[in-house]
Amino acid sequence: MHENTPRLTVTNEGDVIVAELVDKKILDEVAITQIHEQLAALLGPVAAPKLVMDFARVAHMSSSALGMLITLHKRIREKQGELRLCGISPSIYEVFVITRLNEIFQISKTRPEALASL
Amino acid sequence: MPDKYVTVSTIASDLRQARQLEDSLIHEVGRFGYSEAAVFAIKLALEEAINNAIRHGNRCDPDKRVTVRVELDTAEMSISVTDEGPGFNPGTVPDPTADENLEKPSGRGIMLMRAYMDDVHYNQRGNEICMCKRNA
Repeated sequence: MHENTPRLTVTNEGDVIVAELVDKKILDEVAITQIHEQLAALLGPVAAPKLVMDFARVAHMSSSALGMLITLHKRIREKQGELRLCGISPSIYEVFVITRLNEIFQISKTRPEALASL
Repeated sequence: MPDKYVTVSTIASDLRQARQLEDSLIHEVGRFGYSEAAVFAIKLALEEAINNAIRHGNRCDPDKRVTVRVELDTAEMSISVTDEGPGFNPGTVPDPTADENLEKPSGRGIMLMRAYMDDVHYNQRGNEICMCKRNA
């Protein structure tokens, strides 16, 4: 049962929110919706949010998860905020390349690199 | 190691049942010694195909079912996923990598299946996808 399980580990680094995805697989609609809702609640009160999403634990993700990231990215940009992705495995990075989403998102190899870029 | 694994599974239009079936099939793939890259590809394609069947084919109708047929040996895995919807024409799906579609939140599943599997085709009605992955 996943309905009430937090999907993110959230920390603050100065004015940057760091959200690490907890699950190894980001696949189904329920989990993806929960992640989106948790992020929306985190970012809602922040005027120009700076968010780092850490994928270090993620081994698989679906196209629906990519869609969620695109929607999230749009909302952050609408608020003049910034989004960085980091810790993405080579297999998943290839998915970003195939879909050309590596051209949309700013992707850093590590969390420190992502933080340093903000 | 077994010589061949053949199975036909029918599930409701339910994502939880879908995940259970996917996990079970991926476990079988592991027993046949497929590479890590091949397992990643198969998992991704299974996920996208069954999701599409449930969401777009059956429109999440709990009375409609999804049938997954698998033939697996050490050389290749064949998968077909059939829904009970009216079907669609995959040729009409916009290219998600076109500049104008890059920031659309959906429409990447078919492209990813084609990218990761060695062969992907649909039946004429468009309610069944057949895919093959060789164990390179």
